[in-house]
Parts: sequence; structure tokens; C-alpha cells
Amino acid sequence: MRRGIAATAVVAALTMTAAACGGDDGDSGKKSGGKLSGTVTFWDTSNDAEKATYEKLAKGFEDLHPGVEVKYVNVPFGEANAKFKNAAGGNSGAPDVMRTEVAWVADFANLGYLAPLEGTAALDKPEDFLPQAAASTKFKGKTYAAPQTIDTLALFYNKKMLKAAGVEVPKTFDDVKSVAKKIKSKSGKTGLYLRGDDPYFYLPYLYGAGGDLLDTKKKEVTVDDAEGAEAFEVMKDLVDSKAAVTDASDGYNNQLNAFKDGDVAMALDGPWSIEGALQGKQFKGSAGAANLGVAPVPGGSARQASPQGGWNLAAYAGSKNLDASYEFIKYMSSAKVQQQTTEKLSLLPTRTSVYDVKSVKDNQMVQFFKPAVDKSVQRPWIPEANSLFEPIRLQMQKVLSGKTSPEDGAKGIGDAYRKLLKDYK
Amino acid sequence: MAVESGPRAVPAADARSVRGRGPRAGKKPGRLRRALSTYWYAWAMVAPVVAVIGVIVGYPLVRGVYLSTTDANEANVERTIGVNHIPATYESVGLDNYKAILDDAVFWDRLTWTVVWTVSCVALSFALGLVLAIMLNRKLKGRSFYRMALILPWAVPAFVSVFTWRLLFNEKKGLLNAILEGGGLDAIPWLNDPTWAKLSVIAVNVWLGVPFMLVAMLGGLQSIPGELYEAAEMDGASAWQRFRHVTLPGIRPVATTVVLISAIWTFNMFPVIFLLTRGGPGDATEILVTYAYRLSFVVSPRDFAGSAAWGVLILLLLSLFAVVYRRALRKQGEVW
Repeated sequence: MRRGIAATAVVAALTMTAAACGGDDGDSGKKSGGKLSGTVTFWDTSNDAEKATYEKLAKGFEDLHPGVEVKYVNVPFGEANAKFKNAAGGNSGAPDVMRTEVAWVADFANLGYLAPLEGTAALDKPEDFLPQAAASTKFKGKTYAAPQTIDTLALFYNKKMLKAAGVEVPKTFDDVKSVAKKIKSKSGKTGLYLRGDDPYFYLPYLYGAGGDLLDTKKKEVTVDDAEGAEAFEVMKDLVDSKAAVTDASDGYNNQLNAFKDGDVAMALDGPWSIEGALQGKQFKGSAGAANLGVAPVPGGSARQASPQGGWNLAAYAGSKNLDASYEFIKYMSSAKVQQQTTEKLSLLPTRTSVYDVKSVKDNQMVQFFKPAVDKSVQRPWIPEANSLFEPIRLQMQKVLSGKTSPEDGAKGIGDAYRKLLKDYK
Repeated sequence: MAVESGPRAVPAADARSVRGRGPRAGKKPGRLRRALSTYWYAWAMVAPVVAVIGVIVGYPLVRGVYLSTTDANEANVERTIGVNHIPATYESVGLDNYKAILDDAVFWDRLTWTVVWTVSCVALSFALGLVLAIMLNRKLKGRSFYRMALILPWAVPAFVSVFTWRLLFNEKKGLLNAILEGGGLDAIPWLNDPTWAKLSVIAVNVWLGVPFMLVAMLGGLQSIPGELYEAAEMDGASAWQRFRHVTLPGIRPVATTVVLISAIWTFNMFPVIFLLTRGGPGDATEILVTYAYRLSFVVSPRDFAGSAAWGVLILLLLSLFAVVYRRALRKQGEVW
């Protein structure tokens, strides 16, 4: 039976490649006889709840191109950046295709690790990509990656718990505080889980206060303006007033566990956690899934805003099999694969055309997250973008543990940025 | 013990003339040849070791020292990516890196904590190891079982132990807090409060370090001849006096070596700190080596020069410590 499927797939794939070759005769010279062969090593960074789906999708490439073997490797998000840099810089063991966080592309491209994708098979219908997703793939006028998925943060909440406490979904962090008080008096549970270990979660507070990390146009560090300190103050106040719990280690798992077990009523999280949350006892099954509420991140004194994130696919410049790598990127960023990731994992597509597909249009998480993504704040797409996080992490933990005042915390980040970005004021 | 390579109290004049090339210059021409013909076999035997050490220790060391005087980083070092070859474009900056580090309060903060961390870890694990060794050095039922149990932390790979400890320390779901709460006490933010985090990392490192101390001390204790104790007893020495005047001097050669090694290990104990707290909360538990790691692996582009300068400073500190320690021992009549 299995063999039957495989044989059909092979035939189908062969006809498809033949058809594809008939269509473009521009670059078929590189491939012998229009067929791709060899292996493509793919480093995926998806989390435990997502990785099985991604592996299956990646392996699906083999059906399209029977000559190519896809080597799927799951690299934990936290290690992926350093691991890729070690391998790419040392020119040994780097993958052919890498799933890179949006902030890594400019960094890797700046160091010469990525192959430019213009004019290759990798960029298929680039005009179909959401402009803000495509923005993160460009460096110095060239495109180095294809957007795979886009995301942002939102407020995940437990509908039952909020209802039991008789409260509305909070719109601002002030609301969070009062809502949390009611939840605590009703059920004894904590309102919000505040990630104290991950700098990414500082951004909604910073943007909410009306601030930003940098002004890349004026080349100015803006994080240590009053807004940066205000963001810390809001966070610290949530923790000190017991409206939120926090910690400095293992935040991702602690938050997800606390939320899905019903120990906290709310948490800031992204679409990548939907699949994991739905496996918890509060949200299991179709009845449970209805209990999972998602709302825009609460606002600060100025606005409601969260950072734009997501993942891109990039080809390693030293790949021995660039042709197959480009095809693989094209496949993984194709409308069809994006549609499947949405159906299986509720991740957001980066292609506008996919949003017209019914199953995507009807997906509740997409319905919620798409408008949120449209309004999300783009981060500075500079080579140092990823390094901007470490100083925040350092100061965030100092502020939350009470070792440093919010003002000094913000100032500490600003000082670190000026050291890192030599030409910034 | 690779750090030990200071002047070795003049072993043989011939050997010296070969190592130090100075005296060869014309003075006594026959010497080198004579040494070679006499000891050629010995030289041939050590040559592979010298070559290997030169490649895996010498070259990186020299290169690290060289890099620390430049502005090398990930973006300007030589690298080959596929067909592209990117040449090196970094420049020498003299001692600027060192100046910048020594001017920075970060270095002194980290150094202070590193010293506190090293001293408390070594002192605690030494004391515990010694006590346990003395307890195990007598005949008691199930002695081999106790020995096995106490060696266990050493047998488990460090990262496994550290991750296990991390689970125990977890503020929300950890076993330690579950026990505290079961006993009606407040949960302790083990890894989330600067002071508690410091105590936690020290506790884990002591736990990891005690077996080594225990084994070494036990060996030392067993090498003390029983007659000494008998003689002391005959002279009417009390238990404390026997410990003070027989046991302690007896284990001293072992103890001093073990303390030196353990101090160097602890000073550079990267895995415990990094895996347990990542240097956090904030930078409360960051020691010198984890900071150097951060410079060369976390910031972008990776600062190779700065990290190398930190490395050289760490090496200098440790060498200085070893020299001073040895000198202090020699003054007390210890030779090794």
C-alpha cells in the first residue's frame, strides 16, 4: 500500500518537474536533465509541539523531487543562532537551508553566510509576500530569505477563569492589574504570567508606553528615554502588586504550563504556542479549545502594540547543493505548505493569497492574529538586531528582582546599545 | 596539572641548554650534540607529545594572545564560505582591549564575585570532603555502599546533574519548593533572586565537587601509616591531637594539590553557572569565563578580540594564583 502511494507520488512528481522545466528554461542548465539530486540539510527551529508537522512537510519535498533527500534536523530555537554561526563561520556542518528568526537575516547576511536569492528559484512570486514580512528578508538592497511565517504577541486568556471572576478582557496593563485582583479574590489564582527571562516580552510594554529601541533613521538610541523606564515601571508594578508572577529562568515552559494548567488566567504569547496550549488540560479537545481566548496585547499609556516576529528561510552561501536548496525554500514558502502549516498549527502565512483560502480564512487564530500582525511594530532590521536583546535581558532581571530602578535599567540598556552600535548617538 | 610548568629546580644542565637556545651560541659547541647523542631516545619519545601539545595548546594560546591585541571580530576575520573566500581585515590595536576591560566596572564586579564563588566552593567542598573521608576511613558496615553513593555525583555527567538541579530549583514546579510549601513555608525564588541564585549555584557546585575531594582525601588518609596513630596513642595523644598532628600533616601533600586544582576548576566552572542560571538573574551569578563566553558567542558580530583579552586576563590571574600558592607552600617546607 505504502509503495503504491510512493510510486504514484514519484510519477506525479516527475510529471510536475517536467512541466516545471517546460515553463522556465532560464536556469535549467544548472540541473542535469532538469532533475535535482543530492541531499538538502534543513535546520528547523520549531518547538516541540510543532516539529512533527514541520518534519512531515519538509519530507514532502522528496515526493516532488525524488532525487533529493531531505535531512531534517530540529535545532532548539535558543541554540540555533549560535550553532549556525559556529558552523557557517567555521565552514563545517552548516545546513543547506536554515529557518532563521526575522532578526537574524541581516546579521547572517552581513557576515556573508547567506546566499542572495534574487533571480533564483527560491523567490517564487515575491510580490505575493506581505510587505512587512518581506522587509525582514532584505539587507543592503538584496533579498536573503523567503518569509515562511509571521507572528506577533497577543494576550492569551482563559475564558472560563475570566468569566468566573466576572471580568472583561483587559485592554490596558492597568486593566490587567484590576482584573488580576478580582481573579485572585475569586479563585486564588494569579492573573498574568510575566516572562522575566525573555527580552522579547519587554517590547509590548515599551511600545505600549510609546517608545522604541532605536530610531534607525536618525541613528539614535531611544530606549533610555522616559518611555523605556515607564515600561519597566509597569512590569515591576504588575509583579510587585502580585497581579503577575514572573521568573528569570525556564520562562517559556513555566508560562505555558502555568497557563494550560489554569494556574494563571492570562499570558502574553504568540501563535507558536497555540498548539502547545491546546494540549493542556484547560484547553484539550474541541470544548477546551473554545476556552482559549486571544486578544490584542494590553496597551500602555500611549498605545497597544507588539513586536513583529516570524521566521524566514535562508540558504547557506556555502551549500554544496544550492539549486536544490533554492527549490526547497520555494517549496517550504509556497502557498500550499503555508496553508498546511496554518491548518495544522494555526501559524500565520506570509503570502497574501493564502489568506483567501477558506480553511485559512475560517481559522479563528488567523482571524485574530492577522489584524494584530498588520498593526505590529517592525523591529530594526540591522545586523545587530539580535544583539539588542541581551542588554534588555540583563536589565530586565535586575529591575524585576529589585536590584536596579526602572530608570537605571533603561539607562543601562541605552549605554550597552551605544557601545554596540558605534555610530549611534 | 598542566598548569604546573615553572622552574623545576635545575634537573640537568644538558636538558636546559637544549630548551633555552641562548647558551648554544658559540660558547660550548659540543654540548647540544652530546646531549642529543646521549638522550636521543628520550627526545624521540617526547617529540609526539610536544608536537600534539604544540598544536592543540600552544598554537591556540599564541593565537589568542595575538587576537587580544587586535580588533578582530566575526565580521573581519578570514573565513571561507562555500566558494567565497573573505580575507582578514582586522588591525592591531595594541593594548586597547586590556585598557578597556580594566577601566570597566563590569570586570571588577565579575572578578569579585568569581573570587567569592571560588573561595566558598573550594572551602565548602574541601571541608565536606574531608569530614566524609574521615568518616569513611574507618571500618563500618556497608562501607563500600557509602563510598559508592558518595561517588555518584561524580559519575553522572555534569550537565545531567545541573539540569536535574535546575528542575529541583524550579520556582513553580520544583521539588524543593513543593517540600517547603508542604511544610507550610513560603516558596523560595531559588534562581530568580540574586542572593538565592548565588547560594544555589554554590550549593550545586559543592555537591559536584565533594566526591572528588572525598576520593583524594581518602587516598591521602589511607597512605598515613597506622603506626603513627599507634605511637601517638602510646604517647597519650587525644583524638583531636592525633587529628591535628598526625592526620593533617599526613594528608597535606594531597590536600594542597587538590585545593589548587579545585580552585582552578572552580574559577573556570563554566557549565554549572551557564546551565543553571545563564549568569542570571541579571548578571548576578556571571563569572569571568561565562562573561567571556557572552562576548564571543552572544553579541553580534562576535567580539573575538575582547573575548581573547578576557581569556588572557583569566589565564594571568590563575597563573599568578598558582605561583603565589606554590611559593606560600614552599615557605612552609612543602616541596612538589
